[in-house]
Amino acid sequence: MEAKKIGCYICTGCGIGEAMNVAALEKVASKEQKIPVTRSHPYLCGAEGVGMIRQDMANEGVNALLIAACSHRFKTDEFQFDTPLLDRVDLRDKVLWVQDVASGDATAKEDLQMMAADYLRMGSVKLKKMEPPDPFQDAGFSKDVLVVGGGIAGLTAAKEVAATGYRAILVEKSAALGGMVARMHKVTPSRAPYRELEENPIQALIATVEGDSHIKVYKNAAIRSTLGAPGLFDVTIHNGDTLTTERVGSIILTTGYSLYDPKKLDARLGYGVSPDVVTSLEFEEMAKAGKIVRKSDGQPARRVVFSLCAGQRDANHLEYCSGACCAYSLKHALYLMEQYKDGSAYVLFQELRTPGQGEEFYRRVQEEGGVIIKGDVEKVEKGAAGGLRVQIHDKLLRGHEQLEVDLLVLATGMLSTVDTSDPNNPSPVGQVASEEAAYVLNLDYRQGRSMPELKWGFPDSHFICFPYETRRSGIYAAGPARRPMGIAESITDATGAALKAIQAVESVARGAGLHPRAGDLSYPSFRREGCTQCKRCTEECPFGAINEDEKSNPQFNPTRCRRCGTCMGACPQKVISFANYSVDMIGSMLKEVEVPPADDEKPRILVFACVNDAIPALDTVGRNRTPLSPYVRIIPLRCMGSMSLVWVADAMSSGFDGILLMGCRHGEDYQCHNVRGSALAENRLSKVSETLNRLQLESSRVKMVEVNIMDADTLPALINDFAAQIGSMELNPYKEF
Amino acid sequence: MAYDLAFARDVYKNSEMGHWIKMCKQCGVCAGSCPLGPHWEHSPRQLFQLVRAGKKEEVLRSNSMWMCTSCYNCIVRCPRELPITHIVHGLARYAVVHGYADPKQSTHRFASNIFWPNIVSTGRVGEAMLTMRLYFADGLSAGIKQGLEMKDSALGMLKTRRLNPIPLRGKIKGFAGFKAMLAKAQELEKKREAAA
Repeated sequence: MEAKKIGCYICTGCGIGEAMNVAALEKVASKEQKIPVTRSHPYLCGAEGVGMIRQDMANEGVNALLIAACSHRFKTDEFQFDTPLLDRVDLRDKVLWVQDVASGDATAKEDLQMMAADYLRMGSVKLKKMEPPDPFQDAGFSKDVLVVGGGIAGLTAAKEVAATGYRAILVEKSAALGGMVARMHKVTPSRAPYRELEENPIQALIATVEGDSHIKVYKNAAIRSTLGAPGLFDVTIHNGDTLTTERVGSIILTTGYSLYDPKKLDARLGYGVSPDVVTSLEFEEMAKAGKIVRKSDGQPARRVVFSLCAGQRDANHLEYCSGACCAYSLKHALYLMEQYKDGSAYVLFQELRTPGQGEEFYRRVQEEGGVIIKGDVEKVEKGAAGGLRVQIHDKLLRGHEQLEVDLLVLATGMLSTVDTSDPNNPSPVGQVASEEAAYVLNLDYRQGRSMPELKWGFPDSHFICFPYETRRSGIYAAGPARRPMGIAESITDATGAALKAIQAVESVARGAGLHPRAGDLSYPSFRREGCTQCKRCTEECPFGAINEDEKSNPQFNPTRCRRCGTCMGACPQKVISFANYSVDMIGSMLKEVEVPPADDEKPRILVFACVNDAIPALDTVGRNRTPLSPYVRIIPLRCMGSMSLVWVADAMSSGFDGILLMGCRHGEDYQCHNVRGSALAENRLSKVSETLNRLQLESSRVKMVEVNIMDADTLPALINDFAAQIGSMELNPYKEF
Repeated sequence: MAYDLAFARDVYKNSEMGHWIKMCKQCGVCAGSCPLGPHWEHSPRQLFQLVRAGKKEEVLRSNSMWMCTSCYNCIVRCPRELPITHIVHGLARYAVVHGYADPKQSTHRFASNIFWPNIVSTGRVGEAMLTMRLYFADGLSAGIKQGLEMKDSALGMLKTRRLNPIPLRGKIKGFAGFKAMLAKAQELEKKREAAA
């Protein structure tokens, strides 16, 4: 790239021009920061303003843009130019809109001006330090998608991948495709009016997949090793006596579920008392075979109790709800009443969960005469005339009753089939494992061969914000492998995951980052000479992107990287950086803030704010026009995980009086986009008192808080209280140096 | 036997609007909506669950069906859109047909027995006659005592013109049509019950 030529463009719209001395700001840019082209415009995001910038790029050779206008989160389409070197300085949302200048008070006006000038300085330095990223490329990138597990979710995923023109490789461990659904008789309604049972769709789906030339199917197969990274996964498939290695770009995990062992259930549910106590799956298979009968003597089973939540939502068994058994058991009640016109179906529930159109199906089962009772099975004995005597607690009538029935059907819950239990057993790096053991993928990660767990053994990432994502880049989970769910949801899930998998191979091919920094072309570069093999980066990377060689040297897998910068923040030697984000860059930015002499009694408070949650919350504070302390200077960070302790020392020695860090909620219900960035930052910060003590400063000058994107109402008080606390302390003595 | 569905199936078939009972999902909105709820032995929800549980005696001896004032609050609020008021009246009738709700044992049934001839004789409610019949049912002194107890209420109702003091009043306009309508309804009901 030719030499960098910066153009600074100050928007004077939205009241900026009236409230600030724009000529003085232009001077800061042109004289102080020596930016060759500096202009202002009353409506920069309009066609004329944007046109002015384009003209400068065409005629003046401007190739790096400093746009001082609103928050970087707004007008992104308007301010899109053909250069990777662009920075947005926010003069509106986080400056003008949070300062009360309406009164015309001279001090307030002066503070506003200082604030705007500081942000302009920081932006200018940032842009000067910024280099165009060089996207990671590899000649061996594959765009094929591996699907693991050939049940309804896996078949759907493979079908959808192939339908978009990509190649899918489907690996199924058993001899036949179809999984659990293939064992079912009929399925719950998926179409209006949501009242009729539907034919099992699995055989048609299997035929579609097996007949699709874009899909390669391995049956009786297991995965011995998954080496590499997105775009470059080398998957060794063990199939009969042969080992085949396939190169794929991304992976969809659709290994489905296994059922909770009914022998472990509470004795009151009676499993084992008589062959007439069966699981839902046993009942399903009986219906598929044709006749619903007592298992004990083969007599017709006309009276049946269906007990939901067997060993589910129960602290002693599965703590969670499998989500599909309510509709599944209602279907079973219907099987019974369809087979026997005088049949009696009793459904015992805790909470009957038939969301959405499931309500129509619930109504249908009631219409047919199914009796739905809120209650529990208390005791099961063999019946006098064969069958069973079941004592139930009817919570609706507050009574305990004995029922003579033919069968008791227990709805047991779904268990994860993805190995998440062994996080500390890494395979030898870069080698094919000698056996499959209990691993689905046999990953080649420093953090282990299994998938990281979210909860209860499921490998999901943050399931509300980022469905299908796991903590292993380019590996997506769908269907009950992700979390318990039924058929309709699994189909939707598999389709979604297929699109994520395709997005992944395409992003990797462009050298772009995946979620949450989708499209980011930068990736960490590493100065090997400076590395002390301390392993902090390899241990802390939330996505396991960095492996280690035998000498503990970090080995970066750029396509696994999510560009959060946690490795950069972790590195005590400052050898990890991005072309457009580095320890030096942020350090230089904060040093550029003009700190007034102690006599002015104007403290300076540095705020490091996470771009994912805290920055949007601060923008909302601006939109609400809630005043913030004029002494605050905000620097957005990619993630709190990228926070380097060097900056704390830099800020303190530059004369800042306090530092406030705004990260996301961490712990069990974490909200960090990068899993544990804020937790790591807090951990690092616990060592900061050492630094402060060395500088002979109080550790209360540095504070970390959790900020949620919805916290715009509480955020101003949080900032202003901290500012007041800092204001009440002695000013930082390092100002004078 | 508990939860034997024979009784429930008979109610579904032979009690007016009885087939709706199977659609109840036991949310309890009816129980919470009934202005007389605290005075009922069983809320509509409970009544319906008792039907499903095969508790014939409890259902048919319940006073609940006789307490309904037809305010229709439950019908308006039922999320499953059950015609609860009508189902409850149906159950009252079902109880009578099956020999339950003896007027000698049930004050509610007794009240309903004096209400009916009162309204049928003229086509409108004669409040004075209705209350007199009710108060004096237990003898003269009990009637006077009850009347005096309710004196203030009666005077208040008089003042606000909610009570007509004349015991015997003329028939409504179109009385013949009213009679014919009732006769037709009774004929239809008999026919339905005969068919059942």
